[in-house]
Amino acid sequence: MAEGPRLTAGIEIHQQLNTKEKLFCHCPTTLREVTEHSGEFFRYLRATESEIGEIDRAAKEEMKRDRKFQYYTYDTTCLVENDEEPPAPMNSEALSVCLTIAKMFGMTPIPQIHTMRKLVIDGSNTSGFQRTAFVALNGCLPNGGQIETICLEEEAAQRVKDDLFSLDRLGIPLVEITTSPCMHTPEEVQQVAEYIGMVLRSTGKVKRGIGTIRQDVNISITGGARVEIKGVQELGLIAEVVRREMLRQQNLIAIHDELVCRGASVDANDGTDITDLFRETKSTVLKKAKRIHAIRLGGFTGLVGRTIQPDRRLGSEMSDYAKKCGVGGIFHTDELPAYGVTQEEVDRLRTRMHAAEGDCIVLVAGATDRQVECALGQVVTRAKIAMSAMPVPEETRKMVEEGSTAYMRPLPGAARMYPETDVLPEVIDEVRWNCIEVPELLNEKASRYAEKYAIDLSYATQLVSSKRLPVFERAIEEGIKPKLAAFTLLSTSTELRREGIKIQNVADEAFIGILHAVEEGRAAREAIPDLIRSAAEGCSVEGAIAKLAPSVSREELEAIVRKIIESRSDFIREKGKAALGPLMGVVMAEVRGSVDGKLVSETLRKGIDARLADT
Amino acid sequence: MKSGDIVRCEYGGTSRKGTYITSRNGMSVIKLDSGYNIGIPPQSCSSVERPVIEPGKKLELVQDKNLPELAIVSTGGTIASRIDYRTGSVTSQSDAAAILHAIPELKKVANFTTRSLYTILSENMTPRIWQELARAVFEEIQRGVTGVIVTHGTDTMTYTAAALSFMIDTPVPIILVGSQRSADRPSSDNAMNAVCAARAARSDLGEVAVVMHASTNDDACSIHRGTRVRKMHTSQRDAFRSIGIPPIGTVAYPSLEVKLSCDAARRNSCKPALHDKLDERCALIAFHPGISPDILEAYERYHGIVLSGTGLGHVCTELIPNLKKLIDNGTTIMMTSQCLNGKVCDRVYDTGRDLLEAGVIEGGDMLPEVALVKMMWVLGNEKDKGRVRHLLLTDLKGECNRRRTHG
Repeated sequence: MAEGPRLTAGIEIHQQLNTKEKLFCHCPTTLREVTEHSGEFFRYLRATESEIGEIDRAAKEEMKRDRKFQYYTYDTTCLVENDEEPPAPMNSEALSVCLTIAKMFGMTPIPQIHTMRKLVIDGSNTSGFQRTAFVALNGCLPNGGQIETICLEEEAAQRVKDDLFSLDRLGIPLVEITTSPCMHTPEEVQQVAEYIGMVLRSTGKVKRGIGTIRQDVNISITGGARVEIKGVQELGLIAEVVRREMLRQQNLIAIHDELVCRGASVDANDGTDITDLFRETKSTVLKKAKRIHAIRLGGFTGLVGRTIQPDRRLGSEMSDYAKKCGVGGIFHTDELPAYGVTQEEVDRLRTRMHAAEGDCIVLVAGATDRQVECALGQVVTRAKIAMSAMPVPEETRKMVEEGSTAYMRPLPGAARMYPETDVLPEVIDEVRWNCIEVPELLNEKASRYAEKYAIDLSYATQLVSSKRLPVFERAIEEGIKPKLAAFTLLSTSTELRREGIKIQNVADEAFIGILHAVEEGRAAREAIPDLIRSAAEGCSVEGAIAKLAPSVSREELEAIVRKIIESRSDFIREKGKAALGPLMGVVMAEVRGSVDGKLVSETLRKGIDARLADT
Repeated sequence: MKSGDIVRCEYGGTSRKGTYITSRNGMSVIKLDSGYNIGIPPQSCSSVERPVIEPGKKLELVQDKNLPELAIVSTGGTIASRIDYRTGSVTSQSDAAAILHAIPELKKVANFTTRSLYTILSENMTPRIWQELARAVFEEIQRGVTGVIVTHGTDTMTYTAAALSFMIDTPVPIILVGSQRSADRPSSDNAMNAVCAARAARSDLGEVAVVMHASTNDDACSIHRGTRVRKMHTSQRDAFRSIGIPPIGTVAYPSLEVKLSCDAARRNSCKPALHDKLDERCALIAFHPGISPDILEAYERYHGIVLSGTGLGHVCTELIPNLKKLIDNGTTIMMTSQCLNGKVCDRVYDTGRDLLEAGVIEGGDMLPEVALVKMMWVLGNEKDKGRVRHLLLTDLKGECNRRRTHG
C-alpha cells in the first residue's frame, strides 16, 4: 500500500513579555488607542546589503513597490522608536525572563549574546530592521522533540491601515521559540504549542490577551517544500492550517504532474499590451486601468482556476505574486467570462494572444507600463515554479480566513541579518546563569493546589491558567482561605461575566479588598457578587461594603447575640444546644446579612454554651 | 582561524555550521547559517574549510554623459559607513564609487566623477586635511564641474564647511553632505541627503553649503550656509540648523525642486580663487564659572584664541589680566557667545568694557566654531595686527550678519 505524504512540522512561538520597559529603550510597554497619538512622521525604506554584500531576497521583493510609510507617535514613545536615537543597552529584565524560559526548557545559554538586525522593510519597523538576539539553544519537549533556539526580539509596530503604523507596540520585548521539525500530525503541533504556551505563562512575566502570543508554523511534506505560515493566532486553528497546507502542497504537486504531462510552456517575452481590447468593457476594473497587459500560459487551461485549498486556486498564488508590484490582482481565462468581461471579449483576447485550446491567458491591469510589466513578470515567475521540479516554492505565507494561506514573501535567508552595531554583546557567564530561578510549571502548580487545598484538579488547572492567578497567590499569602479565593476569582467572576459585568474592570486590589472584608467578617460571603458588581462600576471596595453591607463589628455582633440570648434565656434552657438553629435566623435577620454566617453561628454557639454553663 | 573560514561549532549538545567572523573578548564570534551571530568559546569551533575569496566584483558605473558633471570628493563618515569586524562598530570604509553603487538614484541627477580623499570619521579631521580638501575641491572647480559634493562625517562637518568657505572663492556650489543614521540601515537618511545634495550642487547656488534633512520626515532637505550652520542634536536627522539666519534654500523630496532664498549667493558671482593658508596655532576656549586663570598659561604660544563667553560675551573679571598678558605678547583674542543666537556686545557691562580695554575683539554674531576657523584663516593670510582686526570684524563669507532680524 502506498504511504500517504509524511508531514514534518515545527513551530515558532512569539510571546510578548510583560516587562516594565521596552527592549532597547526606556519607554513603557503600554499599548495605546490610535486616537491618543501625539504626532506623526513619514519615511521611505530601502533595502540595504548585508555585511556579506548581498541583498536579502525577501527584502528585494518588498522593494518592488514604493516604500513610503507613515508613523503615529505617543507620549509613551521616544526617539528610539522614531529611529532618531541609538538604542539603549538590552533590557536586563527582558533578558532575565528569556533566560528563565531557556532554563525551563533545559537549554544552554550562548555565553556572548550578539544583537542582530533582521531586515524587515514592510514598514513595521521604523529602522527597516527588527533587533533580535540568539540567547540559548537545545531544549527538550515532552514529545521527545527539541527546542532549537530561543531568541529575544523587539516587537514590530502595529499596522493601523495600509502603510500607516502605530509606534506604541514597537520595541516591546518578545521571545521567539523555535522547535525542531519534530511534529508529524496536526494534533501534535497543537499539543506542543499548548505546552510551550503553558511554560511561558509559568514565568508570570508574559503579556496576556489577543495578539500577545503568535504562532508561526513551518511545514513541509515529502515532495513539497518548507513553508512558514505567519500569524496563526488561535491555537485551535493550527491543526486545520496544517491540514490545509498539506492539501495545498499535494495539489500543487498534482498540478505540476499534469503540466509536465501536457508539455506546458511559458515564455516571458510573450507579454502583450492589450489595453485597446478593453476600451469599451463593462468590467469596471479593466475600464479604469491605464495599462492592461496579458500573457499566454501554454497548456495551463483549467489548472490556473483549479482549487488547491478551500477558496484558493493556483490563480490566487499568481495574484499574490503580482500584488507585490502594487496591482490589485489578476484576471485569467479559467474564470472568464465574469466580472463584467463578456465571452466576446474573451474570444477576441484569445485570438489576439494566439491562444490554443489548452492555453490560459492571464491579464494584469495597472497604472503604468512599469507596474504592469513588473506584475506580469511575477505571474511568469510563479507559473514557471508550478512547472518546475520544485513546484512548491519555499515561502513565507500568512493565514487567511479559516486556515487557508496566502503568499507573503520568499523565505528570508542569512543575508537578512546584519550585526546591530549600536548594542554591545551581553555576557552570560555561570554566575548570571546560576542566578536564574526556575519557576514552578503551571501544570505542576495545579496538581499541588489540588492536593494542598483539596480542590478539584480541573478547577485548579483553570485557576493556574487564569489571568488572576497572581491575585490568588497573593490572597493565600495574606491568609485568605484558598477555597474562598478560588471560588471568588473563578466561579463567581465567570458567572458575573456571563451576566455581562465587565470583570476586566475590577482591579486586582479590589478582589483582594473584597476577600479580606469577607475573611474578617466585615462582609458576608453572600455579598461577594454584589461587591464585585459595584467594583466593576468603579466603586471602591469600602464604599461598596458601606452601601451593600453596612458593617457590623465583632463587638456589635457580640452585643446583638448577648441581647438575643438574654431575651430568650427560657428558650435556651429548654432546648439546650439545639437552640442554635432557631436563634441563627433571629441573629441573621438582625445583622442584615452583613456578617458571615459562620461567624454568627460561632459567636452564637459560644454565647449559648456560656449561658448553659451558668445555669 | 581566519575571518571567513567555514567552521563547525559543537556547543550545548548541538553541532552547527557557520562562518568564523572574529575573536571578541575571548570568544569566537560565529555567523550561523541562520544569519545570527553568537559568541562561543574558541575550543568549541573547528575550521572545516577555507573558502577561496573571490575578488570583489568591480563596481561598474554606467552614467548619462548628457547630464551635468558633478564631482564627489569623499572623506568618509556615516554616509559611507560599514561594519568594522575589528571593533564591531561602524566605520567609514566605502569610497565614492561605492556611494554611487549604493544610491543608484544619484545617476539620474548628474554625471559623477569621484575622488576618494580620505575615509575617516569626522572627529579625526584636522586643519591640514581641510587644506588638502580645499585644494582637491578647487582642482575640480578649475576642471569646470557644475558643482562639487563633499561627503563628510557629521560631527565636524560645520568646521569643514566654514574652512572651505574662507579658503575658496567659488562660482559653483560646494555642497557638504552626510548622514545621521548609518548607511547600513534601510531607514538611513544617506540616500535622500545625497540625492538632495546632488540636486543642490546643480542649482543656481554659488557658495559653500551643508545639505541635510530639514525635519524628521523624508520630505525635504535644508540648504544651510557653510558659515552659519551648526549641529544641534546628537542623533536626529534634522540635527543641522542655520543659526541666526533662515536656511538659504530647500530641496524638496522626492520632487527635488530647489528653492533658494534671495540671500543665497548665486552661481558665477565670483571668479574662482584659492587661499589655502591656515594658522593652526589657534584655540577655542569655553568659559565656565570657576575656570582657573592659570588655564591660559597653556595657550601662551598661541597666535589666536576664540573665547566662547557667556551672554553678551563675558568671562569672569579674574581672567582679564591673564588675557591682557596674552594679548600684550601678541595673541589675537576674539569673543563669541555660548548663547549661539545673537550678537556679542561688550559695551553694556563693566566686565565687557574691561575686556575691550584689554584688547579683546568682539566677534559679532559669529558662531564660536566659525570664529575659530576664521581666526586660523585670517592669521594664516595676514600678519599685520590692524589688518587682522579689520578682517576679523568684516563679513567675508556670510559669517557675520550686519542686521539681525527677529527669531
